[in-house]
Amino acid sequence: MKILVTIKQVPDTATQVKIAADGKSIDTTGVTWIVSPYDEFAVEEALRIKEKRGQGEVVAVSLGPDRVKEALRSCLAMGCDRAIHLNDPAWAAADTLATARALAAVVEQEEPGLVLCGRQAIDDDMGAVTAQLAELLGWPCAYWIMEEAIDADGKSVRTARQVEGGLEIFDLPLPAVLAAQKGLNEPRYPTLKGIMGAKKKEIKDVKASDLASAVEPPQLSIVGLQALPPRPPGRIIQGDVPTAVKELVRALREDAKAI
Amino acid sequence: MPNAFWCIVEDDRNGSPKKVMAEVIGEASRLAPGKVEAVWLTDKATEAGLKQLAEWGAARVLLLEHAALAPYRSEVWVAAAAELAAKEAPKAIFAPVTSRQREFVARLAARLGVGLAADSVGFVLEGDSLVATRPVYAGKLLSKVTWAKSPWVATLRPNVFRPADAQSGKTAPVERPPVAAAAAQMKFVERREEVSTGLPELTEAETVISGGRGMKGPENYVILEDLGRVIGAAVGASRAAVDAGWRPHRFQIGQTGRTISPKLYLGFGVSGAIQHLAGMRTSKVIVAINKDPEAPIFKIADFGIVADLFEVVPELTKEFKKLLDK
Repeated sequence: MKILVTIKQVPDTATQVKIAADGKSIDTTGVTWIVSPYDEFAVEEALRIKEKRGQGEVVAVSLGPDRVKEALRSCLAMGCDRAIHLNDPAWAAADTLATARALAAVVEQEEPGLVLCGRQAIDDDMGAVTAQLAELLGWPCAYWIMEEAIDADGKSVRTARQVEGGLEIFDLPLPAVLAAQKGLNEPRYPTLKGIMGAKKKEIKDVKASDLASAVEPPQLSIVGLQALPPRPPGRIIQGDVPTAVKELVRALREDAKAI
Repeated sequence: MPNAFWCIVEDDRNGSPKKVMAEVIGEASRLAPGKVEAVWLTDKATEAGLKQLAEWGAARVLLLEHAALAPYRSEVWVAAAAELAAKEAPKAIFAPVTSRQREFVARLAARLGVGLAADSVGFVLEGDSLVATRPVYAGKLLSKVTWAKSPWVATLRPNVFRPADAQSGKTAPVERPPVAAAAAQMKFVERREEVSTGLPELTEAETVISGGRGMKGPENYVILEDLGRVIGAAVGASRAAVDAGWRPHRFQIGQTGRTISPKLYLGFGVSGAIQHLAGMRTSKVIVAINKDPEAPIFKIADFGIVADLFEVVPELTKEFKKLLDK
């Protein structure tokens, strides 16, 4: 079975983000980039499916500028067989729908049996591409999956999706799109052999004109970014524990009216 | 009615809208007074539930009731909602952030060919456009976004928007349009219920208690649950505690867990790593209890006590009990 994994390169959580001069994007100087953590769960799951079935191909795909090659390279080091890089300035302002359209065009070319995505990218936290890709393909979709098991003949997948209050188990005919939730697996670290091997694997550059669908203008655009309004300075309550706790309870009740 | 603000109803799967709908309807009413419509996809709505939507301020309820709509499957919901949207031409489609609404409205936006602003925390009408504010980059920045055309599709973060005041006795017409139930590809097998702690759900709770690495082990969360029962709070955990295997992942607050925005957040032995702050920094009042005076969480806390949490928690439980028993 061929499995396509969609990944996004994002700033590391701990990295400082500054607003760029255009007021709409971040200044990327000095930013440490990583593969979005949820996408690593998707990559790991795809690799496990291939290993379990003893055959198949795992293809990582990502949309973004030149630097994204580094993220794809780390997916190859984890064990993906090859990568596709949607790399064209025409996608610079792509919103989730434009991204999903480009990915859908890749899916139509590659014809995988399964698409695995992360629950959401941790930069813009939109969490929409998975569902939008499923919609454009007309495929079934399960969000926030905690377990999956593909049947022996590769015709369907049983998934457990996380919902408020429990798990819901569904059978989805393949092909399908799944969004990985934390808890699905523990992603592996690339081995030295994997890192060396990744250098020889293919990362195919794809331009917008290589795909069947035209790039449409974004439906959602960023007007501007702004820093968080500062929180009012806090107060450290002094004194021994019983005294401090009494004062905290009083302040929460009378000053903050929070209880 | 054309140009209505739709509010997609999140329910308890037993025929009643969830409390968060008061916030969604409240915000929609602020933006478009008198033009708010509740759209409810369900296999069973109760009369009490329909009445509740009207009392919160829905001018009209569109009830899509069909056995195929439960349990929720995006492919079935989208077909039904998209057909209705084509007929009704709403100006906006709002839903609360829940696991299913995040998927559903994203898929619906793709079907309608419009933009989506997920997890919004503010809205402003500017002329004939809507501008939404959303936290990005682990909550370190706010992003303002706008739509190229309507319907403007958005999900709203719970506990951020002012809930509508229920007006007792207010009624609204209920319409039951025919449901275009698409043949489902997904087959439901079963639902596995979580073992209930008897405490509120993390994302819905008005008060949240969080235990971090300072809890020292899984056996100690019982003291937080005791406190939770006294003040009616949900009990969550930091990533450090979840990764250590002390709490299941569903209790994790933060970037790779749940995003919460309670009225009151109480962190015990939580250091305040950026990835935790990403999931709770929009809380209204933040309290931090930590032995380490340098813990980053004190930088965003409204109130802090530098002390051993194992001394503070029992004392706090006792004092809250005294206060609330009055």
